[in-house]
Amino acid sequence: MAYALQQLINGITLGMIYGLIAVGYTMVYGIIGMINFAHGDVFMVGAFIGIIVLTALTGFTSVPLGLLAALILSAALCGLYGFSIERVAYRPLRGSFRLAPLISAIGMSILLENYVQTSQGALERAVPNLIPGGITLMNENGFIVQLTWMQMAIVVVTLVVLGIFTYIVTKTPLGRAMRAVEQDAKMAALLGIDTNRTISYTFIIGSALAGVAGVMFLLYYGVIDFYIGFNAGIKAFTAAVLGGIGSLPGAVLGGLLIGLIEAFWSGYATVAYKDVAVYSILAIVLMFMPTGLLGRNEVEKV
Amino acid sequence: MSQLTANLKDCAAVAFVALLLFGPFLGLQLGDNNAGNLTLSTRPELLAIAVGLTFAARFLLLLWHERRSRRKPNMRVAAAVAKSGKFVGPVLLVAVVLMPIIPGVENSYIDLGVLIMTYVMLGWGLNIVVGLAGLLDLGYVAFYAVGAYSYALLSQNFGLGFWECLPLCGILAAAWGIFLGFPVLRLRGDYLAIVTLAFGEIIRLVITNWVALTGGPNGIDSIPHPSFFGLTFDMAGGPGTFAGFFNVTPTPGQRTTYLYYIILALALLTNWVTLRLRRQPLGRAWEALREDEIACRSLGINLRNTKLTAFAIGAMFGGFAGCFFATRESFISPDSFTFIESATVLAIVVLGGAGSQLGIVLAAMVMIGVPELLQSLQIYRMLIFGIALVVIMVVRPRGFISTRTPTVSLGKAKIIGADMISEGRG
Repeated sequence: MAYALQQLINGITLGMIYGLIAVGYTMVYGIIGMINFAHGDVFMVGAFIGIIVLTALTGFTSVPLGLLAALILSAALCGLYGFSIERVAYRPLRGSFRLAPLISAIGMSILLENYVQTSQGALERAVPNLIPGGITLMNENGFIVQLTWMQMAIVVVTLVVLGIFTYIVTKTPLGRAMRAVEQDAKMAALLGIDTNRTISYTFIIGSALAGVAGVMFLLYYGVIDFYIGFNAGIKAFTAAVLGGIGSLPGAVLGGLLIGLIEAFWSGYATVAYKDVAVYSILAIVLMFMPTGLLGRNEVEKV
Repeated sequence: MSQLTANLKDCAAVAFVALLLFGPFLGLQLGDNNAGNLTLSTRPELLAIAVGLTFAARFLLLLWHERRSRRKPNMRVAAAVAKSGKFVGPVLLVAVVLMPIIPGVENSYIDLGVLIMTYVMLGWGLNIVVGLAGLLDLGYVAFYAVGAYSYALLSQNFGLGFWECLPLCGILAAAWGIFLGFPVLRLRGDYLAIVTLAFGEIIRLVITNWVALTGGPNGIDSIPHPSFFGLTFDMAGGPGTFAGFFNVTPTPGQRTTYLYYIILALALLTNWVTLRLRRQPLGRAWEALREDEIACRSLGINLRNTKLTAFAIGAMFGGFAGCFFATRESFISPDSFTFIESATVLAIVVLGGAGSQLGIVLAAMVMIGVPELLQSLQIYRMLIFGIALVVIMVVRPRGFISTRTPTVSLGKAKIIGADMISEGRG
């Protein structure tokens, strides 16, 4: 019981991070229908910006202020990365052969990984635990269930960021434009929506969320290297597909599910096969629900 | 003059963005001090160079765009290029066949040829799935791995040789293709892509973690090399070896040359089978499937069988290539079967102009040959590879050879632009 509760807490924390990255995938897919393979690497770039900012600020400010600066700078710069990536690698290919942006995105992903590797080194970088301690929820025969402050912080920050994001998508003119372009880009353009600008904003917002997720990943695990983007990216994309790609609540739900599967599988079965479990469940879910959990069933017209 | 100032302003804006983007990564560098704490050092020169290069690159790009917008695209040139394909193909083939026996060709070049042809074969194999049937497969490396591990395990546990294992590897890989193809029959487009990617990762992870069978991350070594009608390529050169039988001095080049011709034969087999299948009902069903799945179903084509044969035949050639890879390297480990391999093969297919056999050869030469020649640049190799992928796609989104001769036509077959061909929603 206690053990299960601990895995539940760990799973939710991890799932929140995956959910944040998955939102970026699903937004981009919804609006221009492409798999943004470089998204996982933007997440990695965010984690690195986080570690650089934290290192630069060591000794100058208090920990909460430093973390806030890391989050904001990482989100801002990742947004800029997302914007530039779209301008350089995807916009010229819009409306062309469908595989072309995919290959361009894979190229971008390889480029970002090696850019960080060559500029910052291939070594793992570690930060100490900046928010130590926590509260004990349960003590069952010596097994202590802990909810650390770090996990609390991650969940709270994710919820706040997702709240802001939901507000933007549902309540602002920008969000309305984004939803319009997602439904029908040509019609939206006819009605006076600047689709190019809307797509740029989509990339900026999605990448900023990935940047926040990157900093959170850095805080949670304490260790990062240039390769974390690949695994996290694939899992977040899996989360987006599992939830039904194009669906924003689906992305968060998928992220939580992936986090929980991973935590429970590591806790009760073998750690080595945790990714196999994640991918197998993805395949099984898609076999029976080919458009994911919350995805719309597209009616094809001939 | 106002054009120039506008351009300069644009370049300045781009350079400013580059300054922000590169600032944390090129301007600063993480390091460790003796106490094991993280430190930061600055390197403004590098940042300045990067920003300056971006400015210059943007300026040249703008100039080039102005030039290009004045020129009209010329379909005649494209048609001429496509026609010359008729000559380029055979000429290339003769050159490739003769290459190892020309005196003075170094062993390392033959070896590079073997590597490139392995990727040509993989590209042709994947082309059946992606280019012909229009099913986006991001986990093709799984079948390559199945082939390689099948041969390694069969030879280690049952003492079978390369030639006995080659068909078995193909059959096993094809069986995996069907096995993995079943669950994804109903999936379309990107759902299909992610599930195939997941299967590729699952196979790699199982190979990595099933230490008792596969040796885990340490891999399997001393896999036997292929024999020439029972004659081995031993450096000792005694009786029963190639050199001993033909009474020549044993050199490492003999084995490389032999491997070269094996992979050449295998690749040509793949090409021949693909070209033949395209003219048969099965191949036409694949192309129909790529163009329009619903129309295809309405015309009574069995989608399940069509998709599964595409997966199976594509996988079979992947299995052959994997078997060859294992025998060539004589050592395999899960590191050789990562996603980056799948991505490279897919990139070769798309860069070649999905569906074009000759284009795939050119793309493999560029994508595999050039990075190998850049070996001296070491860590920058993959960086350049990534940049090249993006640049080639932006410049030529339809791949190197972007014209096609239709498989079937009414009246005279005319060369058409590749944009007339559907990308396949799988």
